[in-house]
Amino acid sequence: MELINIKSVNVRYKNGVNAIYDLSLKIKKGDFVFVIGGSGCGKSTFIKMLYREIKPNSGEIILGGLNVAKLRNSKVYKLRRKLGIVFQDYRLLPKLTVYENVAFALEVIGAKKSEIQVKTLKAIELVGLKSKTRMYPDQLSGGEQQRVAIARAIVNNPKLLLCDEPTGNLDPEKSMEIMKILDNINKTIGTTIIMATHDKEIVNKMKKRVIVLKDGHLVKDYEKGKYDDEIA
Amino acid sequence: MKLLRMLGRGIRDASKSVIRNFSLSMASISCISITLMVVALALVVSLNVDNFTNMIESDVTMVIFLEGNATTEDVDKVSDELEKIKNIESITFKSKKEQQEEMMKEDEVFETIMSDWDEDESSLRDSFLVKVVDLEKIEDTAKKVKKIDKIDNVNYGEEMVDRLLGAFDLVKKITIAMVVTLIIVTIFLIINTIKLTIFSRKREISIMRLVGASNATIKLPFVIEGMIIGAIGSVVPILLVIYGYVAMYNHLGGIIFSNLIKLITPEPFVYIISLVVLITGIIVGMLGSARAVRKYLKV
Repeated sequence: MELINIKSVNVRYKNGVNAIYDLSLKIKKGDFVFVIGGSGCGKSTFIKMLYREIKPNSGEIILGGLNVAKLRNSKVYKLRRKLGIVFQDYRLLPKLTVYENVAFALEVIGAKKSEIQVKTLKAIELVGLKSKTRMYPDQLSGGEQQRVAIARAIVNNPKLLLCDEPTGNLDPEKSMEIMKILDNINKTIGTTIIMATHDKEIVNKMKKRVIVLKDGHLVKDYEKGKYDDEIA
Repeated sequence: MKLLRMLGRGIRDASKSVIRNFSLSMASISCISITLMVVALALVVSLNVDNFTNMIESDVTMVIFLEGNATTEDVDKVSDELEKIKNIESITFKSKKEQQEEMMKEDEVFETIMSDWDEDESSLRDSFLVKVVDLEKIEDTAKKVKKIDKIDNVNYGEEMVDRLLGAFDLVKKITIAMVVTLIIVTIFLIINTIKLTIFSRKREISIMRLVGASNATIKLPFVIEGMIIGAIGSVVPILLVIYGYVAMYNHLGGIIFSNLIKLITPEPFVYIISLVVLITGIIVGMLGSARAVRKYLKV
């Protein structure tokens, strides 16, 4: 069963730059998909479009029954509650502890205190930071901070986890740790994961579905892909 | 339950923010305090002025003098005619004799002069004291009265009444203008305070949006912050009204200038004013923050 159905989507920025051309794509529930391509190929735009940070100029994006392309600003939160989002720069709140950062995602949607506690601890445990729940982000390494961000993204049991270059700031060893965690989430919970990256090594090692974008066009879609130097 | 939790969170965040941006909050609170003091003053003045106006209006009496040669029958006729005029509320007849006695009581000089007057040589006139229903139509009524036979003159102190009411009206207009100006200034200051809070929490807001907080949840703390600033700002003006008005009332003995102008008694007057001041503070705070949220929080 497909979770995402994208039909002839075009994205053009106000400055006239075309970021995505006529993109059509289906992603199944439980898939792990890499979106690769060089700088400016439209990876980030693709991810942003999925969490409705930008609106496509034309086309349709159906995500878990919601038409994302036509979603009004005031209703965007309905979509976001079904998603988890992880960024290259972690985006944690520096004045909150690990626990508070993760719990924050549940607090702001009005979850019960007991529910917050159970889910938060579970998510932190899943990313292997149980011993560091009371630490602040600046006391953690980059890899650990990214793990907090992942815990925050999955704490609400989203159907889809969007990752925009989550390993971009990390060394290869830490990057692999993050990938293991993501793979684990994908396999144990069944969360669909879409990850934009330009990390060749990761893509080649993971052997997942790979979507290649070039200048806003979908140029390749491998079932068990490799990072193709010529294309990307 | 969920709504309560969100409200609790909003209040908690808002209070934190007021403390975190203390100096800026203080600026807004001081400004709102000054505004509310003027609002309170304006209310005290204008409500008292209304009170004076009502008292003066209810005190206005039209005096109708009959011609010197009017007989008792003439008096009866005039009285009948007066009763037919709609705007007249009450009619009191005062004969020459009664007037003479009154004047003699008031002044020794009059007493000596008038003591040996007999009724025919009296230069006083029989008169009617008339109260009207609607003061604004008093001029019309006076004209109608003048047309009645045997009436010499009608007097109702129109100039004095008009001037007094005009002065009161001016006082009211000035206070209203001041209040409006100050409220606008305060709203702008609150917009700025909230704007800075919004900027200082931009990161938090963007994360809130990412994890699916609804717009209302994001906006609520800022609106509450404005309301808290408004409520805190109303404390000093309220104390000033409660203690200040009572002190002034006691000091003046409840009257200004003459017994004619009485101040409104402090209870429950000061509490009503305090409530109005508090509500005004909260509403002004809310208006300012709502405007800032609309302008600077694009969600």
